[in-house]
Amino acid sequence: MSDPLDLLWLQSGGCGGCTMSLLNAESPELQGLFDAAGLRLIWHPSLSEASGDEVLSLLGRLERGEQPLDLLCVEGALLRGPNGTGRFHLLSGTDRPMIDWVRSLAPRARCVVAVGTCAAYGGITAGGSNPTDACGLQYEGEHPGGLLGADFRASGGLPVVNIAGCPVHPNWVGETLAALAMDALAESDLDPYRRPRMFYDHLVHHGCPRNEFYEYKASALEHSDLGCLMEHLGCLGTQAHADCNTRLWNGQGSCTRGGYACINCTAPEFEEPGHGFLQTPNVAGIPIGLPTDMPKAWFVALASLSKAATPERLRRNATADHLVVPPRVRQTQQR
Amino acid sequence: MGRLVVGPFNRVEGDLEVRLDVADGQVREARVVSPLYRGFEQILQGKDPFDALVIVPRICGICSVSQSVAAASALARAQGVLMPPNGELAVNLILACENLADHLTHFYLFFMPDFAREVYADAPWFPPLAERFRAGTGSAAQEFTAARARLQHLMGFLAGKWPHSLSLQPGGSTRAVQPQERMRLLMILAGFRRFLEAHTFGDRLEAIAALPDRQALAEWRVRAPSATGDLRRFLEVADALGLDRLGRATDRFMSYGAFPLGDAPLFRRGLWSGGPLDLNLDAITEDLSHSWMLGGPEPLHPSAGTTLPLAEKEGAYTWCKAPRLDGQVVEVGALARQLVDGQPLVRDLVAHSGGNVANRVIARLVESARLLIAMEAWVRELRPGDPFCASAVLPDEALGVGLVEAARGSLGHWLRVRNGRILNYQIVAPTTWNFSPRDRQGVPGPLEQALVGAPVREGERTPVSVQHIVRSFDPCMVCTVH
Repeated sequence: MSDPLDLLWLQSGGCGGCTMSLLNAESPELQGLFDAAGLRLIWHPSLSEASGDEVLSLLGRLERGEQPLDLLCVEGALLRGPNGTGRFHLLSGTDRPMIDWVRSLAPRARCVVAVGTCAAYGGITAGGSNPTDACGLQYEGEHPGGLLGADFRASGGLPVVNIAGCPVHPNWVGETLAALAMDALAESDLDPYRRPRMFYDHLVHHGCPRNEFYEYKASALEHSDLGCLMEHLGCLGTQAHADCNTRLWNGQGSCTRGGYACINCTAPEFEEPGHGFLQTPNVAGIPIGLPTDMPKAWFVALASLSKAATPERLRRNATADHLVVPPRVRQTQQR
Repeated sequence: MGRLVVGPFNRVEGDLEVRLDVADGQVREARVVSPLYRGFEQILQGKDPFDALVIVPRICGICSVSQSVAAASALARAQGVLMPPNGELAVNLILACENLADHLTHFYLFFMPDFAREVYADAPWFPPLAERFRAGTGSAAQEFTAARARLQHLMGFLAGKWPHSLSLQPGGSTRAVQPQERMRLLMILAGFRRFLEAHTFGDRLEAIAALPDRQALAEWRVRAPSATGDLRRFLEVADALGLDRLGRATDRFMSYGAFPLGDAPLFRRGLWSGGPLDLNLDAITEDLSHSWMLGGPEPLHPSAGTTLPLAEKEGAYTWCKAPRLDGQVVEVGALARQLVDGQPLVRDLVAHSGGNVANRVIARLVESARLLIAMEAWVRELRPGDPFCASAVLPDEALGVGLVEAARGSLGHWLRVRNGRILNYQIVAPTTWNFSPRDRQGVPGPLEQALVGAPVREGERTPVSVQHIVRSFDPCMVCTVH
């Protein structure tokens, strides 16, 4: 087996939640995960022993190129404000803006990874009036550019790899890093927002346990109802790119399994949906955001047909918070 | 007199810098700098009030649920909606799970690894402790991380995921527990009880929660060999290093009270300064004199507060505001919470040696035992089939306040709605209290006071005593400024 690759992790304008999510990793757990991925963590702000001057000397060596840097993970948005100074985040102990450190270290790294939607595109930190002029490493919302610029390539040749999500699933991180360490991730393995296709060519809708309700447009009306969350409660699962309902979170969970809408947190600009997060905007009762790849007229036609055909069981269970009509027990053999 | 600038200060959540004036081998003065500002209170302005439920948990990845619960209860107050009993139980379970996981994450991953530093290599207690707690490779961290990940399955069931759930709503929880799931939840908690009893305490949780005083703790400690449980290991090193004489702050403690259960909370609300005092919430103000914030001449109550960043300001040294209660500095956290609630061991510890590094850590572990016992009872009280969530409309003009206890202390959200949108949203987080800068009277915040007198060894640039004191508060810097 080859030598492990050195990984440096930095945090900027985010909440640290992607690291916290990474701590939920199982099979293997976090400590084993880095080993299994072929990585050596040279510093992480939550996990390492080194503090203060020990870290500063490490960063100095990396910046001067005296110590090679294989992988650079950045968590959190990059804060360019106020007025382009980056003073909304000075890396403590250095009196130097974090954006300056990242600009300086990124070209030294063989691969640069944005962990979470903030680091990828700006995310929630860029919401509202974007008071800190936050952006992603190589995107500003949907637009290529960001802190490092659209032409940036790490020394290994790849653009920034965006592991989007708010937060990320621990496996997305572990397995992307493992693929990079194995040299098994090429630019063609990234989708148009530079997310690894292996996780993001799925939709949150896939494997959603509310799918039977969706088929018949048997919709939840209130929080905690069992029905489909798309028609009234803001769910974007049919359009959101992620494998949340086939991979699952914290053992058994996902947003829709938790009883609330998918808010498409893996997408750039999810933080500004243009309507309340838990409402579905509609025109004449038809949701504006329809499933990916589905012609609108067909959707409307099928929806009205399936609504008319909704079985009593689904119609009543959809607006209850527990099963009120169980599936009928029935002989299934054909005789 | 020498000047030390300590940073990046890791194994705290978020970015922290500590500036120290050192003379004669001791810290003379400390200034605590929060170097990151993100502007959540500005981001929230003008939003649909319910969008706060998406935005505020993302203030912090480690106190995510606490932020959600504070927002949900501020909205609930504004709506005048009450949770059904199942909703209250589910929300309590989710918040208690976060606090419990955070307490143990702090102990195993953030705090204890400092005793595995080479600076202690000559101490007789060092070899076993270093093997157990060394950052990254220690046996304790691996066992704990696995147990923690399994405990978080409770979040998978009740909250969809952790962090950043939307299950926490003003009227309760979006996730109604089904009969078979209630049993599963009990099994998950039983698994974590086994970890705590086998590894953390070396004893039954009930025995830890019932320890009546210092004497009993001392007797309990010697009743089994020192390797029987990580609490005993900590007590041994705390004794050897005199951690009960390190990091004393103001000894004025506040708790908003935690985990409502019908009329009475699990942990009482109040103020403590040598004895119990009434907590007057109207007496909370935020002083901006040493913060990079624009503000008027007088500190304001958070319901009328503002957040206008000002990067160039004479005399300012941090993005953190300085919350004060009746003009005075207070400390918040598990120690404050257990003290105010009247947990007898914690009362006795504080009566003897005040708030300090050892007592903060002991209080967190005692609270952990109490939390798991309470969680088991709450799961048994869940009634599948009964409602978990109530709904109500939000008036176009409304005020709300949400007060919760996060793992690391008192968290408040103050919300003002006008024309159906958020007009003002102010957040005062636990570490805003604990790591606040000086106020206009020049009075330093709790950590700034706690660091005075900390020993600095010859040649130390990141003094280990300072690290113990800072981490004993379990700071969350991303909440602090938000």
